[in-house]
Amino acid sequence: MIGWLNTIVQGVLLGGLYALFAMGLSLTFGVMRLTNIAHGDFIVLAAFGAFAITSQTGVGALGALACLLPLSLAFGYGLQRSVLNATLARDPLPSLVVTFGLSIIIQNVLQEIFSADPRSIPAGSLATASLRLVQGISVGVLPVLIFAVAVTVAWSLQWLFARTAIGCVFRATSDDRETAELMGLDARVVYASASALAFAVIAIAGVLQGMRTTVSPADGPGLLLYAFEAVVIGGLGSFWGTLAGGVILGVTQTIGFRLDPGWGLWLGHVVFLVVLLLRPAGLFPRMR
Amino acid sequence: MSSTPLLGTQSLDARYGDFQALFGVDISIGAGEVVAVIGANGAGKSTLLKTISGLLPAPREAVRFDGEPIGGLRPGEIARRGIALVPEGRRLFASLSVEENLCMGLRSGRQGPWTLDAVYALFPMLRGKRSQPATALSGGQQQMVAIGRALMANPRLLMCDEISLGLAPIVVKEIYDALPAIVEGGLTTVIVEQDVGLARLMSNRLYCLQEGRVTLAGASGEVTREQITRAYFGDTQEHAR
Repeated sequence: MIGWLNTIVQGVLLGGLYALFAMGLSLTFGVMRLTNIAHGDFIVLAAFGAFAITSQTGVGALGALACLLPLSLAFGYGLQRSVLNATLARDPLPSLVVTFGLSIIIQNVLQEIFSADPRSIPAGSLATASLRLVQGISVGVLPVLIFAVAVTVAWSLQWLFARTAIGCVFRATSDDRETAELMGLDARVVYASASALAFAVIAIAGVLQGMRTTVSPADGPGLLLYAFEAVVIGGLGSFWGTLAGGVILGVTQTIGFRLDPGWGLWLGHVVFLVVLLLRPAGLFPRMR
Repeated sequence: MSSTPLLGTQSLDARYGDFQALFGVDISIGAGEVVAVIGANGAGKSTLLKTISGLLPAPREAVRFDGEPIGGLRPGEIARRGIALVPEGRRLFASLSVEENLCMGLRSGRQGPWTLDAVYALFPMLRGKRSQPATALSGGQQQMVAIGRALMANPRLLMCDEISLGLAPIVVKEIYDALPAIVEGGLTTVIVEQDVGLARLMSNRLYCLQEGRVTLAGASGEVTREQITRAYFGDTQEHAR
């Protein structure tokens, strides 16, 4: 019994990481209906960026994230303005093709520079520190921190969208781009701002993924899949839904792994498919 | 009326793909005027407003606002220069509350007399519904939000596209009753209206469009019913021949 409880606790913590993967995707899809096929590769790119910073300069993971965040914001803004805005249309195909192309480029460039070896970002003593909750359940300090970050990011994005003027602009542009422009907005700038924000979340997710486990250049599509599944399970209503989607995916995977070491990812996909069949809008669709 | 009009179009054409919707439209609107644009369905009234707002492409010189060529600028840029459109079908932001919808008007970055309080004073019933989703309101109230949202932009030119569309006559009256309060400060206004009687009553001057061309222009009080009928439906005599 306590073993199962332990499995669920570990799954929830893993789900925090999946939720972080998913929130950037949920944000860009929510604001501009852009499905970024390279989303996972950008997470991997951020992880390698942090790896390069830590190994070249000797700063810790947190220092690397501090360097990476402004870079990511600027990169997301620039990428959206210069490339992705041109692909947005009623037809989703151009954006899919272009981001698919970016995915291939990122994987190959990373492989060229860093080789195919898995790398990880040094987390110091954090990597092994653990807390014993009760007899039989111990949790790693790093996974708990990652989960706390996921909750904080979900809360912050939720607050930003619901309570601030820029959130209002994001929602309005998502509702009706043309009318939003009639209000004096430039949708290209709104989209670029949303992308900047999404890339900040991507940087956080990448660094934490690199700290928790290893990353290698070809990991991106796998991360994209988890992000997708978390978004679809949670529904596009809110970032809390995305967090819940990540947690459900994480718990399902760890339960699967406990049942049979070969079942973890498979069971996650099954739950994703079942939700897609029974609740295509996700478990927590938009309320109003 | 001053010598340079606030808004003028010159030989304005507009197309949706291969379909040409406007043919060489010339209109001129002076500061402080209330001008009605009438015409049958598909005559090009909405197309004209959309082209002026930048939602449809136009040659730069074909539309002039306050002496500056603005044809084909981005809609956001045109809005910031002081043209506000109340779009056909209201087009409220569905995931925003009433007050958030109104505040979207502030995005024009323009200062002026229209604030939230001024809009609530104009349409008092909106105040009690300020935090409701805009789509939960009745059609007439939604139209008030759409007008309020445009006013919050403190425009120099307000364009209203068929604000009576789909509303009960009593609601239409309620909304048009607010018009004098809107234009009393000298706000230049263009109203596109299906109801010709209402359009004449509310405006100083009117233009009638037919199949994308201006077929009548004149002072609203002076044009005759017969002239309007002919401008609306074309010269039946000529068609018969």
